[in-house]
Amino acid sequence: MSIALQRTRSIANGRLGSLLLLLALCVVLIVVGQRVLSGGLSFFIQILVFGLANGAIYGLVALGYTMVYGIIELINFAHGDLVTLGAFIGLAFFPIFGLVEGKDLGIIGVAALAAVFLIAMVLTGGINVLIERVAYRPLRNSPRLAPLITAVGMSFVLQGIMYLWKGAFQIHVPDILPGTRLPLGPGASVGVKDLIVIAIAVVLVIGLNLFIDRTRLGKAMRATAQDRDAAQLMGIDINRTIAATFFIGAVLAASAGMIRGLYFNTVNFSDGYQLGLFAFTAAVFGGIGNIQGAALGGLFIGLVKAYGDAYFSSAWTDVYVFAILILVLVFRPSGLLGMRVPEK
Amino acid sequence: MIRLRNVTRDRNQLVYLILIVGVLLFPVLAGFVSPGDSGNYLLGQAADAGVYVLLAIGLNVVVGFAGLLDLGYAAFFAIGAYTYALLASGQLNSSPLHHAIHLPFWILLFVAVIVAATAGVILGAPTLRLRGDYLAIVTLGFGEIVPKLFLNLSQWTSGVNGVSALDYPSLPIWIEGPWVGSSLSIVRGFSFAFNSMAYYWLMAILVLIVVILVSNLQRSRLGRAWGAVREDELAADAMGINTVTTKLLAFSIGAATSGFAGVFYGSKLSLVSPENFSFVVSVTILVMVVLGGMGNIPGVIVGALAIYYVLFNVLTNLPANAKGIANAVGLGFLNRPAAGGWPGLEQEVQRLNFLIFGLILISIMLLRPQGLLPSRVRKEELEKGVAE
Repeated sequence: MSIALQRTRSIANGRLGSLLLLLALCVVLIVVGQRVLSGGLSFFIQILVFGLANGAIYGLVALGYTMVYGIIELINFAHGDLVTLGAFIGLAFFPIFGLVEGKDLGIIGVAALAAVFLIAMVLTGGINVLIERVAYRPLRNSPRLAPLITAVGMSFVLQGIMYLWKGAFQIHVPDILPGTRLPLGPGASVGVKDLIVIAIAVVLVIGLNLFIDRTRLGKAMRATAQDRDAAQLMGIDINRTIAATFFIGAVLAASAGMIRGLYFNTVNFSDGYQLGLFAFTAAVFGGIGNIQGAALGGLFIGLVKAYGDAYFSSAWTDVYVFAILILVLVFRPSGLLGMRVPEK
Repeated sequence: MIRLRNVTRDRNQLVYLILIVGVLLFPVLAGFVSPGDSGNYLLGQAADAGVYVLLAIGLNVVVGFAGLLDLGYAAFFAIGAYTYALLASGQLNSSPLHHAIHLPFWILLFVAVIVAATAGVILGAPTLRLRGDYLAIVTLGFGEIVPKLFLNLSQWTSGVNGVSALDYPSLPIWIEGPWVGSSLSIVRGFSFAFNSMAYYWLMAILVLIVVILVSNLQRSRLGRAWGAVREDELAADAMGINTVTTKLLAFSIGAATSGFAGVFYGSKLSLVSPENFSFVVSVTILVMVVLGGMGNIPGVIVGALAIYYVLFNVLTNLPANAKGIANAVGLGFLNRPAAGGWPGLEQEVQRLNFLIFGLILISIMLLRPQGLLPSRVRKEELEKGVAE
């Protein structure tokens, strides 16, 4: 009886909600449409590409959030700082591999860049595994907020280390990616840089999907995320699986940090805070724990941010992003692609 | 079992006793430790710490009692502070309203409470049916939006410069009235401006009121409903508790407390600016609650005082202290900048602040995951390993 009642109520809610959402969407579309029309198509496409490149970076970071949350239900506040850490580590290896600004990349350069990527990814991954071992694993059976606080502490520690390392300056990242732009219709063009960023992100996301769907370890991750105790009973090494999740999350974060550095040519020790906040928003937006959702959420946040900056004022962008987030969650409480998990 | 309960209850009473004695003795102590102006400074800091105590008690209602993770609590703090800032300064004169409003502090305490509680209801009503961490992110978003609003609506709030020259509280006329000019010199010519002692006692009274109110709430029907919702929402619902109203009340009472704190904060600092209400503030308050022992009011108070002391006293004075110690033990050469990028000990320690605070958080949490003074229920849960 009560269940039936609840169902009818939620359906009614859903209808009214959808209607309101549709109405709000129409208003937004009209306003945005008017701005877009006055801005011209080529500008629109330019921003689209920029937003996609930005969104790809957010998506990569959001994947790490969503994977860690999916497996141990921890909001890993230190994750955003891993992105900056990855960029810092990569930056340290630039001169060793002869990657300097103003030189044509060539095949050797590409190989060197790939090597730097690999080193940064592996090192950051290793550091994250270490962090998990020291700060989160001992608290796995503690009250749920305890690891959250250590995550905040870890975020401070990582920022502190980077601050000690490079100071509070904006650090220049060599501009080694080709700056050529491909023409795209009248007045519009796409930077090769943007395409490279998007391509790397797409490759990584596809790789991650394949890894989680096809490999044994991926299967173990899915099992652990679903029911840790049952997975353990089936002979899965929980600690190893969780460590692997942290490793992969950090690998993606480091790659995002490197891409971001190469794209914007600047990095600062405290960048991770804002980036992490937006990436986490993206993860929740797509439905936390859902891989495709995180990627999609990242793209969406990137686009909203890019268009918000371009057509309205950048001072208000944070407000739009979080307002949209709140609205989406009010009407779709588990995010866009999230499943409706029954409450315990 | 019964003995255990008595002991823990006694421990809470013991903590309360120590706190009360501490509050009473602190002005004497501060005057004794550093007579003159600097004792005043200590009292002022203690009053500022009281703001965080209020905030922690308020957040404890939301997180500790009702089990709702709020990551944007500073938003309500900001709302309280800006309510005071706009209604008790010349600010509105330069706004589109063209008319300054100077309401008295005592009235604004209640106004801010109502405004903050209303904001809590407005945010809570549509979002409180979200599950745990989705609620956390919604509150986080709200916490980001509110300071941005105050920043961007600069024709009302002066944006990044903040609202300055806020009114100081003054004693109500019925206290000042008959004694003015008489031998009662404490009251005569009394002013809150730059008077740390007055703020200190005002804060002590505010904290006392809030502690009494909140601990009565905890023992009331509503408090038990919060516990039930926190432990098992579905079962609580089945027992006839209106979970939405219960959670909404926790949310708005928490918000109201922080509105209270905001008014005091604004009046003491006489300046309110958007960057004082960032995410870091929300996280700091959460850390105070978790570290002190969620759900246990004396624990939360101790946690707030401890974190405040570490953040604003130990860490801010550490560089200067390190320099002094190095000089004292004959390592004075460390204080001079040297080759190899060594900026001198003071600067180096300054750089370490972030790192040290992070390490403190991690190590305390690892050593006492249940907090310094955990509530009885949570302690038993942890010891007997009851899963969430």
